Amino acid sequence: MNTEYVKVIKKHHGLISIDFNELWRYRELFWFLALRDILVRYKQAVIGIAWSILQPLFTMVVFSVIFGRLAKLPSDGVPYPILIFTALLPWQFFAHSMSASSQSIVGSASIISKVYFPRLIIPTSAVISGTIDFCISFVILIGMMVWYKIVPTANIVYLPLFVLLTFTAALAVGLWLSALNAEFRDVFYVVPFLVQAGQYISPVAYSSSIIPEKWKFLYSLNPMVGVIDGFRWSILGTATPHWIDITISAASVLVIFTGGLLYFRKMERTFADVI
Amino acid sequence: MEKPIITVNNLGKRYLLGLGGGEHYRALRDVMANSVKNIFKRNNKNEDPQRIWALKGITFDIRAGEKVGIIGGNGAGKSTLLKILSEITEPTEGEAHIYGRVASLLEVGTGFHPELTGKENVFMNGAILGMTRAEIKKKYDEIVSFAEIKRFLDTPVKRYSSGMYVRLAFAVAAHLEPEILLVDEVLAVGDIAFQKKCLGKMGEVAKGGRTVLFVSHNMGAIRSLCESVIWLDSGQIVKKGNADEVVRDYEDNQLKRFDESSYVVERSQEEVKNKSFYFSRVKMLNKRGENTTIFRYNDKLILIVDLRGEPTIDFSPEFHIYNELGQFVACGAAGPYHGKYFSSKVRKVRIEIGPLTLTSGRYRILLSVMIGNVRVDTWDNVIGFTITECQPFATNWEIPTHREGVCVINQSFSKIEGEDSQ
Repeated sequence: MNTEYVKVIKKHHGLISIDFNELWRYRELFWFLALRDILVRYKQAVIGIAWSILQPLFTMVVFSVIFGRLAKLPSDGVPYPILIFTALLPWQFFAHSMSASSQSIVGSASIISKVYFPRLIIPTSAVISGTIDFCISFVILIGMMVWYKIVPTANIVYLPLFVLLTFTAALAVGLWLSALNAEFRDVFYVVPFLVQAGQYISPVAYSSSIIPEKWKFLYSLNPMVGVIDGFRWSILGTATPHWIDITISAASVLVIFTGGLLYFRKMERTFADVI
Repeated sequence: MEKPIITVNNLGKRYLLGLGGGEHYRALRDVMANSVKNIFKRNNKNEDPQRIWALKGITFDIRAGEKVGIIGGNGAGKSTLLKILSEITEPTEGEAHIYGRVASLLEVGTGFHPELTGKENVFMNGAILGMTRAEIKKKYDEIVSFAEIKRFLDTPVKRYSSGMYVRLAFAVAAHLEPEILLVDEVLAVGDIAFQKKCLGKMGEVAKGGRTVLFVSHNMGAIRSLCESVIWLDSGQIVKKGNADEVVRDYEDNQLKRFDESSYVVERSQEEVKNKSFYFSRVKMLNKRGENTTIFRYNDKLILIVDLRGEPTIDFSPEFHIYNELGQFVACGAAGPYHGKYFSSKVRKVRIEIGPLTLTSGRYRILLSVMIGNVRVDTWDNVIGFTITECQPFATNWEIPTHREGVCVINQSFSKIEGEDSQ
């Protein structure tokens, strides 16, 4: 008899801690699920890749014309298309991953009701699968920087930190929404609205420098404010970042993430019964 | 005594009716509206009639290496029990202790994606079932040859026939190597040959010292695979113990339930008002003279038919048998087949049918009576009967109508000597 795996099955009360050993045992499943999403998406290769190139490019053109040319918003001394694209990079990753993640639990109903594995894997791998699009956009950005002859500053070494922050932010919101969506199906209709509203309350189409100082604190509670400012600062070296604002955003990400984890762990016990 | 590998103590699971598996999902707006309403209501915590116990008070132990069958009708709680033990869902009360690695096979092909190739799906499915990449790689060739689909490994599974799909899916599952294997009715899919192979593989797994919990409706499979059986009904254990004994009791119980269906049918006056000679009543018996509509393969069935009216000359009764699919299975006729014509005075006829070499399923009977060349009465859909078990051959393989044909014919297989390949 193997005493190494003793499992007690009973009703759990209150908050449940996260079993990191178990997550580690299932680590390969993260990649398999993410890989599956990626493979399926790019199986129709031409359409799949073309879409992930065209979408950010098209959005950038529209925003540059409307906010740069027509509204003549300040561009912090860089070409407006570049200003936009450095924001679109994390924003689109966030928006896609968060949406995919929020649908992931309901979308995996057939697996969840038939086999056990740590449920956290599902929304996480949905976020991971967005990294391909992110990389493609990154290549486009490099191309644009070559075109506009912009050399990244030394701040670029901090970029990975902000990539990690983006990832965490997407997962944080994804955890909340995926668990809520399993219980309440109308969350499905809230997500597109969140994405749309989020795009305007985050400095995607404009620079956060136009936000009046007195609103800065409230504004920075939005996790994506710190992320986007961080991206712009580390890639373009635009005006010194508002460290306080970035810290507020990062703290806000952490709070949402921790809350999301706890809520998810609490709800996952009933996933198989409600989906 | 050896310590059990699974102990289950007073396990119970309560479901909220309407939730899960319906269109009745909760909507956030309803919950908000209700909670506003509830503020003004007194909170009553009485037992909610909307909640039902799918399992209640389940207690048992399983020794390491034991093969346990779980039987019971639909909704008895068999699948719920497996779902709790495989941690898919939480019990409402009670607890279970499991000392070993568990793999559950509640469905074949969990996580298969139609766009992915056979090979990709093997790795995907293996990972979902808890195998590591290294384990899958090690077993890969074995899995592929077991599934017999070597040529199609790089084809997306959406192009597979359903048989190929199931074969591949089961092949992955069959190569799991946990200490405890929980299997739901997964063998009810796929073609016969492959089902047989899977049963064989399961037997092999079981002999390998692993503990197996096996849910099935196939009593033949339960008998041949399991040593002990737990019989569930309405979420509670009716009986547990020696496999043969519990299965027999279960089957007897099933027969009694079936027997409530009527074995005597009286014909309505309305139906026969314009007929000069007709059937008025039919009764069904078994060989021992007991009233029943339940038979097993190779049993004999007896019909006692009453006739009314005034035939002018001798008559010949006939019967037709149709199966549940509406197919005409067999017929019998007194005159043309046996040269037996009954005199016009006869009012009661005994028809003995069988041995019934029929496959398991439901059947119905049509009666008619010929006078000369004229069919003077036809009574359609008179009475039905059920063949509950058809396991004519040595393996106790169950042969149902819907899958394996209308009747069983004698057969044997042997190789021709001197023709082996060199």
